[in-house]
Amino acid sequence: MSYKAKFKVWRGEGGEGKLEDFTVEVNEGEVVLDIIHRLQATQAPDLAVRWNCKAGKCGSCSMEINGKPRLGCMTRMSTFTEEETITVTPMRTFPVIKDLVTDVSFNYQKAMEIPSFTPPAGVRPGEYRMQQVDVERSQEFRKCIECFMCNNVCHVIRDHEENKTAFAGPRFLMRIAELDMHPYDVADRQEAAQEEHGLGHCNITKCCTEVCPEHIKITDNALIPMKERVADRKYDPLVWLGNKIFKRSSK
Amino acid sequence: MENSPNTERHEYDVVVIGAGGAGLRAAIEARQQGKRTAIVCKSLFGKAHTVMAEGGAAAAMGNVNSDDNWMVHFRDTMRGGKFLNNWRMAELHAKEAPDRVWELEAWGALFDRTKDGKISQRNFGGHEYPRLAHVGDRTGLELIRTLQQRVVALQQEDQETHGDPEAFIKVFAECTVTRLLKDGDAISGAFGYWRETGNFILFDAPAVVLATGGIGKSYVVTSNSWEYTGDGHALALLAGAKLINMEFIQFHPTGMVWPPSVRGILVTESVRGDGGVLRNSKGERFMFDYIPDVFKDKYATTEEEGDRWYTDQANNRRPPELLPRDEVARAINAEVKAGRGSPQGGVFLDVSSRLPAEEIKRRLPSMHHQFKELADVDITTEPMQVGPTCHYIMGGVEVDADTGAAAVPGLFAAGEVSGGMHGSNRLGGNSLSDLLVFGRRAGGGAAAYVDGLAARPAVSPELVEEARAEAIAPLGRGGENPYEVHHELQRTMNELVGIIRKAEEVAEAMEVVEKLKERVRLVGAAGSRIYNPGWHLAIDLRNMVLVSECVAKAALKREESRGGHTRDDFPGMNPAWRRKLLVCSTGDGASVTVEEQEQPPMRDDLIVLFERDELSKYLTDEEMTEFDGISK
Repeated sequence: MSYKAKFKVWRGEGGEGKLEDFTVEVNEGEVVLDIIHRLQATQAPDLAVRWNCKAGKCGSCSMEINGKPRLGCMTRMSTFTEEETITVTPMRTFPVIKDLVTDVSFNYQKAMEIPSFTPPAGVRPGEYRMQQVDVERSQEFRKCIECFMCNNVCHVIRDHEENKTAFAGPRFLMRIAELDMHPYDVADRQEAAQEEHGLGHCNITKCCTEVCPEHIKITDNALIPMKERVADRKYDPLVWLGNKIFKRSSK
Repeated sequence: MENSPNTERHEYDVVVIGAGGAGLRAAIEARQQGKRTAIVCKSLFGKAHTVMAEGGAAAAMGNVNSDDNWMVHFRDTMRGGKFLNNWRMAELHAKEAPDRVWELEAWGALFDRTKDGKISQRNFGGHEYPRLAHVGDRTGLELIRTLQQRVVALQQEDQETHGDPEAFIKVFAECTVTRLLKDGDAISGAFGYWRETGNFILFDAPAVVLATGGIGKSYVVTSNSWEYTGDGHALALLAGAKLINMEFIQFHPTGMVWPPSVRGILVTESVRGDGGVLRNSKGERFMFDYIPDVFKDKYATTEEEGDRWYTDQANNRRPPELLPRDEVARAINAEVKAGRGSPQGGVFLDVSSRLPAEEIKRRLPSMHHQFKELADVDITTEPMQVGPTCHYIMGGVEVDADTGAAAVPGLFAAGEVSGGMHGSNRLGGNSLSDLLVFGRRAGGGAAAYVDGLAARPAVSPELVEEARAEAIAPLGRGGENPYEVHHELQRTMNELVGIIRKAEEVAEAMEVVEKLKERVRLVGAAGSRIYNPGWHLAIDLRNMVLVSECVAKAALKREESRGGHTRDDFPGMNPAWRRKLLVCSTGDGASVTVEEQEQPPMRDDLIVLFERDELSKYLTDEEMTEFDGISK
């Protein structure tokens, strides 16, 4: 049942580091995060890794396993052969703090830049009435556990630091879509998505959708519909005229 | 090793420790009342253990069954807690939960809906009517995200008004508090460290709200995440506050049992709420054999009646799979011990034969995902194997129900770290509503306390220096590996102060804990101060050991079985013990004292909400005579 696996784990802090070799016991049913924990307990007590729930619900243990963004807690060791050397590195798009822990403050900054839920004036708590079918679209996006792997894998920023200021990344473009599709949100979000949050940078390669551990169809259900809404507004003369005549809430 | 790293200093009105539901709701309240508020959390913002809550938030909105109201919810809560609850808390909770849920909706939460567009509500163990507002089986995530986004919304407001988003509310993420500071009797601040850099941080603040959650990491098999090291419980004790009900630990009946690495991960009660049934290896729905006397007339006695209840609640009684959690956990434990367990040491929980596959995926998406990814089990076609897992501590800081104030002036607590609300056993769904109701109250309590202060308590440099020396100590010495000590503590508590307890075993656990205390003082952490998990664990161990001592000592003292405390040597419930709370405190910070304290009797207008027959199963003869006087 149990065997010794070969691991290469990225270790280092302050911008420097290297892959370190480990040989470590693996037991039936274990996931990569279990192995990282075993390394901590037996060989490298100060090996830094983020984790919380160990059940794929909190999105803390994002890492790159053999080059692919994955949650350590949801990557079973049985998906590798016993001979394989498994390489574990931190997410590449964010600066490394130490070992597998990265500085993900970029994501919190972007979250801050997106105007919050804006209900219409006069609807009191308890008075909201929505149909299941109307909340389901936004509910899909609210399944997001903020592992930030979509932002990590997105090629717009993965190797392009210079794009980070102008691009919110799939996670937060999806947040805009979520609010835009919320039955009670009245803020005008479409122009800002394009002009301020960089929706135009996305060229729908679907890398974000592929890595999403919650299987949210980020590209198909959030980003493409958002792009269509933006395009409709931009090129529809009636909408243009309407915007000029009726001042829409733009806060 | 640097001996005196820089300690940054921040001044706030209110410091909230913990950023789960209770902490965030408290912080929002304090900020809304104009207080400069800090939120300190061990993890990243939005990762708290609340995200693990699956089933829902209990609130008697009456959207699905209009017969529901606060009084029914209050009764269910008191029954679930076997009448040991702080009745004032149970009253406030039942009355205010609907408003707290509706408020979330106004902040952007998207709950599942009824056909007429209201918030849908689902059945859960111990709740008479469908009562849990939910989003599939990821309700906790919705709560956290909504509160997190509410904090951001307030920051955006402050950006607009003051030009600084953090002018009135700031999140200190990956920051751990190790000591509360006092000026005389009153709180004057908190001391901690940044996980990222290992640098120290000092909060100069007259009010601290503890919202640190539970203690599950003292057990091997637990549904709790790494943060659940009893920090708030220990901080409160060390600051001179009292803990009550520490013997009551909820073992959730359904945790995963296989593979070993996921043992303990929660399987939501919604599986049963939505029709799932428990069977032993002989295929029997064994829960029918475990309906206790106090619940005899409320639960179905045949499978047919239980099954009819899902569609006709007016004319049938609920199936016994939906008994309160303590009953179900003990039943599973007994079946496994009797040799009728599943191959991997649990029992079978089956929803595949009860609902169509599509319906299961829609109602229980994260359970479907979790079993498929972690155990290769497709819950739409085969049963799950489940067993009890350490889930929740009913005990915690003794607080004033209305304000969340602890005995120490300036100290407040809300959510799992506080005690009393749930008595000896918490009903599922009452946790998310608890943290909203009492998070808000504690935030408001702290704000009012700050308003009433004549002078701001001062931070003593000596106490800061002591706290700094304590925190840095493990880094400087080449002591024992903290992971070893942690594992031994977990094994000890799991085996000796677990779901079924005996005097000899608990006494043995106390001896082990006593020795572990000594070892904790000597553990060493290799490496630097930068993001060093070994060091962080070494610091957390102080809290885990202290809290484990409370659990063991209280468990030994309470010679009866009630809710989350089952004594093999005292199997029955004893009405005389119902009036007694066990109170833990520490004088020197090194050892815990447990004392009995009388529980105040229920207010007249609340006690008359119950039938005489029911009360007579819980109360002493003397109390019944008083009741007869009131109800005349």
